[in-house]
Amino acid sequence: MEYDIVIGMEIHAELATKSKIFCSCPTEFGADENTHACPVCLGMPGVLPVLNEKVVEYAAMAGLALNCKIANFSKMDRKNYFYPDLPKAYQTSQFDLPICTGGTVTIDTPDGKKDVGITRIHIEEDAGKLIHEGGGGTLVDVNRCGVPLIEIVTEPDLTNAEDARIFAEKIRDTLEYTGVSDCKMQEGSIRFDVNLSVKPKGSTELGTRTEMKNLNSFRALMRAVQYESKRQIIELKKGNRIIQETRKWDDAKGVSSSMRSKEEAHDYRYFPEPDLVPIVLSDERIEEIRSTLPELPEAKRLRYVNDFGLPEYDAEVLTAKKALSDFFEESVALIDEPKMISNWLMVEIPPLLKEHELTAEEIPFTPASLAELIGLIQDGTISGKIAKSVLADMFEAPEKAPKTIVDEKGLAQMNDSGELEAIIEKIVDENPKSVEDIAGGNKKAYGFLTGQVMKATKGKANPQEANKIIREKVQAKIDS
Amino acid sequence: MKISKEEVGYVADLARLSFDEAQTEKLQGDLSAVLDYVAALEKLDTTDVKPTEHVLELVNVLRPDVVGETLPIDKVLANAPEAENNAFRVPRVVE
Amino acid sequence: MKDLANKTVTELHALMAAGDTTPSEITKAVAVRIAEEEPVVEAYVTTLVDQAEEEASACDARVKEHGLAGTLDAIPYALKDNMCTDGILTTCSSKILSNFKPPYNCTVYNRLEDKGGILIGKTNMDEFAMGSSCETSALRRTTNPWNPEYVPGGSSGGSAAAVASGMAPYALGSDTGGSIRQPAALCGVVGMKPTYGLVSRYGLVAFASSLDQIGTFTKDVEDCAVVMDAIVGHDAKDSTSVPEQHIDMLTGLKSGVKGMKIGISQAFMGEGLQDEIRKSLDEAIRVYTELGAEIVDVDFTMLDYALPAYYLIASAEASSNLARYDGVRYGVRAEDYDGLVDMYVKSRSEGFGDEVKRRIMLGTYALSAGYYDAYYKKAMKVRTLIIQEYKKVYQSCDLLLTPTTATTSFKFGERTANPLEMYLSDLYTVPVNIAGIPAVSIPAGLDAKGLPIGLQLAGPAFSEDTILKAAWAYEDQTRYTDLRAPLQKK
Repeated sequence: MEYDIVIGMEIHAELATKSKIFCSCPTEFGADENTHACPVCLGMPGVLPVLNEKVVEYAAMAGLALNCKIANFSKMDRKNYFYPDLPKAYQTSQFDLPICTGGTVTIDTPDGKKDVGITRIHIEEDAGKLIHEGGGGTLVDVNRCGVPLIEIVTEPDLTNAEDARIFAEKIRDTLEYTGVSDCKMQEGSIRFDVNLSVKPKGSTELGTRTEMKNLNSFRALMRAVQYESKRQIIELKKGNRIIQETRKWDDAKGVSSSMRSKEEAHDYRYFPEPDLVPIVLSDERIEEIRSTLPELPEAKRLRYVNDFGLPEYDAEVLTAKKALSDFFEESVALIDEPKMISNWLMVEIPPLLKEHELTAEEIPFTPASLAELIGLIQDGTISGKIAKSVLADMFEAPEKAPKTIVDEKGLAQMNDSGELEAIIEKIVDENPKSVEDIAGGNKKAYGFLTGQVMKATKGKANPQEANKIIREKVQAKIDS
Repeated sequence: MKISKEEVGYVADLARLSFDEAQTEKLQGDLSAVLDYVAALEKLDTTDVKPTEHVLELVNVLRPDVVGETLPIDKVLANAPEAENNAFRVPRVVE
Repeated sequence: MKDLANKTVTELHALMAAGDTTPSEITKAVAVRIAEEEPVVEAYVTTLVDQAEEEASACDARVKEHGLAGTLDAIPYALKDNMCTDGILTTCSSKILSNFKPPYNCTVYNRLEDKGGILIGKTNMDEFAMGSSCETSALRRTTNPWNPEYVPGGSSGGSAAAVASGMAPYALGSDTGGSIRQPAALCGVVGMKPTYGLVSRYGLVAFASSLDQIGTFTKDVEDCAVVMDAIVGHDAKDSTSVPEQHIDMLTGLKSGVKGMKIGISQAFMGEGLQDEIRKSLDEAIRVYTELGAEIVDVDFTMLDYALPAYYLIASAEASSNLARYDGVRYGVRAEDYDGLVDMYVKSRSEGFGDEVKRRIMLGTYALSAGYYDAYYKKAMKVRTLIIQEYKKVYQSCDLLLTPTTATTSFKFGERTANPLEMYLSDLYTVPVNIAGIPAVSIPAGLDAKGLPIGLQLAGPAFSEDTILKAAWAYEDQTRYTDLRAPLQKK
C-alpha cells in the first residue's frame, strides 16, 4: 500500500526586540549566566509584567507578511506547568484569541507552486536554559526567560520533507526580511516543531500523529521528516498502531525516539492573564503597521527584473538573502551598473566568502567599496582581471578603499600610449615569426602577441589600447 | 458533587502537591462541600453573558522597547536554596 | 503624658507642627507600645524598631530645620507582610517564604518613603492572605486587641491589630475578598479598599490578581483620606493601574451628606446577622437621616452568588500565582527529596499550610481540562452579572450601606473545622472585590461582649471621595472612632 504523509509545523521565532517581553532586561544572546535578569523575569513574588510595544508590532508585522488576518482584539493567557526553566511556573502566551489568524504562504516546490495555510500566530515568552552538569544536577540560567517569541502554527498542508524544508526556509527568509527576527539558527532564535502522520494514499481520514520538537537546522528538519514518515509507514505495514507522542530527534544518530518521560498528562489549565490587559489594534493601526513592512522577496524579485533589467535567475539569487539584496541595492544607488554588480555578488564574491568562512551577511567591505571597484573598471583604471585580484585584497584589508589598493600596488592600467607603444614595438621586433604568421593569414598570432604584452606590463596594459597598437605595429612591419 | 480519591490525586499531581490517605479523605470532603456550595451558580442563566476578565476597561498598556537595569548576580542568587557557577541548581532534569 | 501611641496621624502631625513633640518621641512611643503589647497581640512578623528609631532621630534635625514635608512625614507605619521590601523579610506568613528577602520594593513602600514615612514593621496575616482570622499564619498567632481570646480577623489581621493597639499609627493591608474591611471591623478601626487599579499592586505578593487591592488601616476617617491620598496614583510597573485620575479625598471630606442618597438592601440583613449589628445599622440610618441624607431601599439579588463566584475566581488565580513557589530560585526547599518532581512536591507540600493547599487544589480543579467552562468561566460570567447589578444599584443611590460582617469577632478555632463557615465571614465584603469598586469599613460601637462592630459603605468605581465624606459625617456624629482597645499593660 502507498501512503500519504501529512505534515504540520509549529515554528518558534525570537523577536528582534532590544528588551524582553515583560521587563526591560536585554535580550542579547551569549551573556554570562543569570546576568540578564530582574525580579520580573525571575518570577519573584509580587512582580508584574508590562508588555513590550515592539512585540505587538513585530507579531502583527509577521502576520501581515504571512497574509494573516490581524485581530482587532486579542489577549494574553497563562499556560500552567512546572519546569525549572519556567520561573513563574506558567508561560504567558495566547490561547483562544491570538494576534494573527488564517494566513497563507505560497512556496515554489519542484512540483510547482503550493499553498500552505497558517492557522495562527501568537505571542509568548521564551523559557530559560538548563545546563546539565555531570555531577547529577542541572543548572538554571534565566537569561532567555522572557525573550519574546512568536509561534507560527500551520495547517497540515505539507506532504514531504523537501516541501517542509522549502516552507521553513521561506518562513525564515520572510521573518528575516521584515526584521521581525534575526533567525539565527545557531543561537536558537528560530526552531521548528513538526507534527507528522501518515495515511493510506487518498484516504481522507488523518492518521495518528507524532511531534518532534526543536529541530534547529533545515537539514535536521528534512532528515527528521524523512525518518519519521518512513518509521510510521513501516509500523503500519507491520500492522502496528502509531502512538500519539512527542519524539526526540537525534540528529547525530539520525533517528527519532520516544520521550516517555514527557508523556504525563498535559493539562495546561489556560486562563486569561489577569495581570495584562487586552491588545486592541484598530484597522487604522494595522494599516499603519503594514506601511512599515519592508518589501518582501517576491515583490523585490519582480522589481529587480523590471527596473534593473536583471535576469530572473539573478533576481532570485539576490533577493533570497536580505543582506545580499541590501548590499546590491546600496551598490546600485552608488553606481548604475546593476548587471555588473549582480555578477560580482553572484560570481566573484561567493567563493571568497567561502574561503574566508563568511556568510552573505558578513561581506567584510562596504557596498561603497564594491561600487568604487566597479567604477575603476568602468573608467579604464583597471581591467576586470586586475579587479579580481583587488577584490581578493579587499577581503584581506576591508578597510582599504579599492583605489588605495590599486595605487599601493601600482595596478593601474598603462593608458600612456607612448610607454605602451615602446613596449609593443620591442615585442613585435622580437617576434618576427608572429608577424610572418599574421601576414600569412594566421590571425591567432595576435593572441600570442597580446599575451606577451600583458606579461611584459604585468597585466596593466589596457587591453583595447594594446590591441590597437599591436595591429598598427604589425601592419607597419608587414608594410615595411 | 463528590470528588473521588483519583480526582484528588490527579489534581494534586498537577499542582505538585501530595497528600496522605487521611489528608486525601479530608480534602475529598472539603472540596466536595465547596463544589456543592458553588453549584448555586448553576441557578443563574448565563448563556448570553460575556465573562468579565478585567473590571477595568484598560487596553494596550504597553512599555517602550528600552533596555533598563538588571539585577546584580549576587542579588539574583541571594535567595536561592542552591546555587552553583552563578546559576540555580536543581536535581538532575531527565529529558 | 502625651499618650502619643493612641493619637491619630493627623493629631501627631499637628503636635509636631506645633513643636509639641518630635519624630523621635513619636517613634519611641510606638516602640514602647510594641514592647508592651506585642507579646500578647503578636501583630508583627518582623519589627524594625531600632531601624525606625534611627530614622526618626535623623528626622528630628531635618524637621527642626525645614519643617514637615506633609502629614505623613516622620510618622511610623506598618506594612502587611505580603508587600515586598528590599532586604527586609517578606514572608506572607508562610513557611515557604519564611526566609525570603526581596531584592526590590513594592510601589506603595516607595510612595510612603517619599512622604517621609518610617517603616516600623511587617504585619502578620493569613498565609498568602487566605483566611479571615489570621489563624492560617504559619508564623504568628495574632490576637484581637479588644480581647485576646478572639481573632483579629483576616487576612490583614496583623495590620488591623497593630493599629487598634496603638502599635502603628497607620498600616497598609491588602483586600482580595474583605481582607482589610473584615479585620478593620473586628478590631474597631477604619479600613478602606479602594477601586481596583487605583493603588499599584507592584510588589504585592499576588493571591488573586484580578481581585487584590492594597488599602489602609487608620484610627479615623481623616487619617484614611490622608493615607489613601498618599498611596493612590498611576504606576507604569502595573499594567492594571489606572492612568492618572485625581480623586480629591481631602478638600470636601467634612462637607456633610446633605442630599446624598444612601442605599440600604434587605439582602444584607438575612438570618445570621447579629442583632447588635442590625441595631447599629438602624442607628446609622437614623444618623444619616438626621444629617440630611436620603435613605433609599435598593435590590441586591446577587449576594448569594458573589461568594461562590469569588471562591472559584480567587482560587483559580491563586493556584497559578502560587505555582512559582517551587524551591528553585527563592523560598524554602525541602531537605530530603528524590529527584526534581519530588523536590517540587515535598517543598510545596511542606511549605504551604492546609488552607493554602485546599485553595490551590480547588483552583487547579476549577481550571483543569473539562471543568473550565463549568467553574471558572461560569464564575467570570457571574462576575459580569454582579457588576451589572451594582451599576443598577448606583443609578438609584450614591452609596450602599451594609454591615461589614454578619457577626463580631469569634474565638480561636471556632470556624477552623469547617472551611465553608470561615468563608462565610466574607459574605458582605466579597461582592465589592468582584466588581472592583471601593468600600470602607468604619467602627460602629461595641457589642455586649465589648467587641467592635463595623459598617461598610461601598460606592461606584472612583467614588472614594463620596465614601469618605459619608464615613466622616457618621464618625463626627458618633465618635466611635475615639474608642481605643483596652491595653494589656494598664
